[in-house]
This record gives sequence, structure tokens and C-alpha cells, in this order.
Amino acid sequence: MTSSLELSQITKVFTDKVGNTITAVQDMSFNVAAGELVAVVGPSGCGKSTILNMVSGLYAPTSGRVLIEGEEVHGTRPEVGFMLQKDLLLPWRSIVKNVEFGLEEKKMSRAERRERAMTELERMKLAEFAEHYPHQLSGGMRQRAALARTLVIEPDIILLDEPFSALDAQTKLVLQRHFARTIAEAGVTCVLITHDLNEAVIMADRVVVMSGRPGTVVDDFPIELANRTDPLARSLEPEAGVYVKRLFDTLHLENEAA
Amino acid sequence: MADTSTQIQAGAPEASSGATGKGGKMANPMRGALSAMGSATEIAAILAVGVVVLAAWEFLPPALDVPRYIIPTFSDCMAEFGRMWQRDNLLYHFGSTLIASVIGFVLGGLLGAASGYLLGLSKLWERVLSPYILGLQIAPKVAFAPLFIMWFGYNSIPKLLVTVLVVFFPILVNVLQSMKTVDRDLVNLARVYSMSRLTIFRKIEVPSSLPNLFAGLRIGATLAVIGVTVGELVGGNTGLGFLITYGEGQANTAMVFNAIILLTVIGILLYFAVAAAEKRVLHYLVREEH
Ligand SMILES: Nc1ncnc2c1ncn2[C@@H]1O[C@H](COP(=O)(O)OP(=O)(O)OP(=O)(O)O)[C@@H](O)[C@H]1O
Ligand SMILES: [Mg+2]
Repeated sequence: MTSSLELSQITKVFTDKVGNTITAVQDMSFNVAAGELVAVVGPSGCGKSTILNMVSGLYAPTSGRVLIEGEEVHGTRPEVGFMLQKDLLLPWRSIVKNVEFGLEEKKMSRAERRERAMTELERMKLAEFAEHYPHQLSGGMRQRAALARTLVIEPDIILLDEPFSALDAQTKLVLQRHFARTIAEAGVTCVLITHDLNEAVIMADRVVVMSGRPGTVVDDFPIELANRTDPLARSLEPEAGVYVKRLFDTLHLENEAA
Repeated sequence: MADTSTQIQAGAPEASSGATGKGGKMANPMRGALSAMGSATEIAAILAVGVVVLAAWEFLPPALDVPRYIIPTFSDCMAEFGRMWQRDNLLYHFGSTLIASVIGFVLGGLLGAASGYLLGLSKLWERVLSPYILGLQIAPKVAFAPLFIMWFGYNSIPKLLVTVLVVFFPILVNVLQSMKTVDRDLVNLARVYSMSRLTIFRKIEVPSSLPNLFAGLRIGATLAVIGVTVGELVGGNTGLGFLITYGEGQANTAMVFNAIILLTVIGILLYFAVAAAEKRVLHYLVREEH
């Protein structure tokens, strides 16, 4: 199962304790087709995380609508997975228990939960660390465990907020490829927020560029590169550099305008 | 009781470092001593220091012509200990203080933790009540002892109440602090997984707060003995605190010394019981290795 995602004229205004208002995003619209991976790039503080929080249903937009498969989002939904820069593993749970975390609200037996979690850990090559605790794992392994926890609920939509940015270059490449393959197999719809323009180009089917705060869409274009499941191969294509340059120029102009 | 309030304040920063999850950083001398007991040479050195201190205690006061009603020597104290054991029903007094400390600590801990969690669940109540909590936290709780005696008479209720009161606040404050500093992203993750408020409390907030809870319990363990002692000093005819006033009345300095030593022993027992429980429960925290 895959779902399409639509953001329609979304505006989000925050009010702080003193009563000051901050418009984080203004009148933003973009679509993500079923099974598509859209990368969102933009200057820091332009409202990227805010968008993800609204799509995941953590809070509602001030105006505008978020639609999943044509249905308006009110609150969190079981088919949406979420992954941040921080691995968000619970330090008091073993790795396999962490992976089971997302399944605990679903009706299934303990044995089935364990089985699914172990299958996912095996795919992530982490099965032998199932009984370890997060602090015993390296940063890359922890992020893989977080990915296992995200995938084990078999989400239709995965929201990623700079998931690879805290990793070293090599681990990052391995995880990017792993992730690209996994979501292609499952046909999941993804929104990937990133600061890394190269990552946006090699991972995504399409890139949405946002302006500085209040964030809105300034550019939205498809990435027409082959090898969707192999980011490393993609990064070696000469065309990739052209896309990165285009992103760089757009963002740079944005910064100068601000 | 300046001692009490500084310990409580010292608890807060330690507590917040625990909430980050890295925890385990124990700037505590007792814990330091415990983990220092690693190598054989260290154990030998620790024992050597003990022997030197005991020897100084035994031989220095007579050498300096300090009379034994000012500083009784180690052997004086041991002799008095034997006499107290046989004639003054020492075991009974020791047991009475031990039981009061444990009950007071457990009750104070339970009430403090429960209040901390309840206030942590309600932003409104926390904001309404926090000025009063701050006020009560600063108030010298042991000064309530005479009041409790006026209210409840010369029995074990006043000393229990004082103990509950002194134990209550550091634990309340530590738990509340941890509830306020729970990682919002962890809570959001649970919300994305459609978990209810109660489930989030059970699966995220309570486990996140455990390092802080234990920091509070460790402070509470040492305060419990102080609470019981003050309760016994002020009124009553049982317990080591009573033996202190009794010994004082008879100018029996050795008896006072012994009572203080035994009170310290109770404090250490409580403290290490908490530390052992903490080590079991928080086994997943990275501890600093030597
Ligand atoms: N809960 C909130 N209350 C008030 N203001 C907020 C809140 N969340 C975000 N903001 C503000 O909204 C703006 C956008 O924040 P957001 O976290 O979405 O930015 P971002 O694009 O993800 O930035 P970065 O790239 O640094 O992660 C910021 O100015 C931030 O201060
Ligand atoms: Mg962000």
C-alpha cells in the first residue's frame, strides 16, 4: 500500500508565551505522489520541521490542509512513520524492544511482534545486537535500529527529518543506499528533509526548495536520474552536479534576497 | 538545618544531568569510594587510613591530656558500647531508629514521587503550586518537630512525620524537574505511534525520570536519618536520638559518640540500599569507567 500526500496552502503561525507571533510557513503547497520520494531543502529555520510535524499530525496548520490519499489529516495516523536526526531510541530498552515499540499499539501477539522486529533487524544486519542496549552501539548502528523501528510498522508514508546528517560520510552512504533500496521495495511515499544538497539530488525523485522564514515554495523540480536505488551511482553521474548547482544557486539567491 | 537545604539544592543540577540520559555521572563521594574499591592496593590504602585514624583517636587525646568526658578514646567507646548493649537495651533503640528511618524514607519517597509525577502531568497545577513548593522546600523542615510533638504527643508519629517531610521534597523536586525535561521528541515519537497520554506517561515519562528519581532517593536516604534523629532529640524515650539527649544529661560523652556512629551506620545502610537498587534499575546507563 502506498499513499499520496498533498499540502494545500499551508500556513503555520506560532504564538509564544509573551504573545508574539512567528509565521513559520506561509501558503505552502506541494504534492507527493504515491511511492515518490520528495526532498525538501531550505535555509535553517524556514519551517521544514514544522511541515513534517503537521504532516505527521502532531499539530494542525493555522490555515490550509494536509491530505493523505485525499483525506484530510486530523491528528496522528498509524500508517505514518517518522525518523529524525536523533535516533530516539529508548535507552532503557534493548534494541529489539526498541524496534517493537511502534508495534505495541497494534493488535498482535507478543510472539508476532518479536518475530517482525527480528525480521526487520535481520534486514538491517543488526540481529546479533538485538539484546544489546542503545549505548552499546555505534551511531550508525543506532540509526539503523531507528530505521528498523520506522519500517517495522510497514508505514505507507515515511517522514524523515535530516536522518543521515549526524553520520560520518561512509556510514551515511551505506545507510542512504540501504534506505533507498528498502523504500523502493516497499513502494513507500517519503518526504526527506535535508541540509545536504547532494543528498537531496541522489535520493529524491523531486526536490522542493523553500524560502527563508516564513517558508514557502520557491522551486519544485523533478530529478531525472537513473539508479534510484543506488545513490552512490547517482552521485557519480555528471547530471547530478547540474542539479546540485541549480539547488545551490536557488538557495543562494534566496539568502541574498533575505 | 542549613545542611538540609544545601543538599536539596545540590540535588537539582545533578538531577538534570541525569535527565539527559547519559546520567551515571556521580559526583558523590560515597559512590566514588565504592567504585574506588577496585584494586587490592586501593583497599589496602583505605584500610591503612582507617587504622591510622583509629590509632590517632585512641592515643592522641590522652597524649594531649584531653579528658575522656570531652573526647573518649576508641576503646572507651567500645567499652561503653558493650555496657549500652547489656544495660541500656541498645539493640531496641537502634532497631527503633532504623525502622523509623526506613518507614519514613519509604513513605516520604512514595509521596514525593507520586506528587512529583502528578504535578508533572498538570502544567496548570505545577504553575499554581510551585511558589508554595519552593517556600516549603526552603523552610527548615526539622523545625516542625516540636510542633508535631505538641499535636501528636510523645510517640513515634512526630519523628515519622518529620522524616516523611524532609524526604518528601528533594524527591518531589527531582521528579518534577525530570518530568519537565523529558525529551519532547521522544514524546512526539510516541504520539506519532498513536499512544495515549497514559501510555506515554508509562512508557516514556516514567522511565526517563528514573535517573532523577534515584538522585532524589539518594539525597532522601541521607536526610531520613536526620529527620528521625531530630524527632528523637526533641521528644520521646526511644531511639538513638533519645540516647544522645540521655547521654548528654549524664555527661556520658562515649554514649553520645556511639549513638552518632550508629546513626551514621543507618544512614550508610540506607544510602547503599538505594545505590544498589539504582545500579540494578539503571543498568542501561553508561557509567564512567576508571
Ligand atoms: N513550537 C514552536 N513554538 C514557537 N515557534 C516555533 C515552534 N516550532 C518552530 N518554531 C519557529 O518556527 C520556525 C521554523 O522552525 P523549524 O524547526 O520548522 O525550522 P527548520 O526549517 O526545521 O530549521 P532547521 O533547518 O534549523 O532544522 C523557527 O523560527 C522556529 O523558531
Ligand atoms: Mg528542523
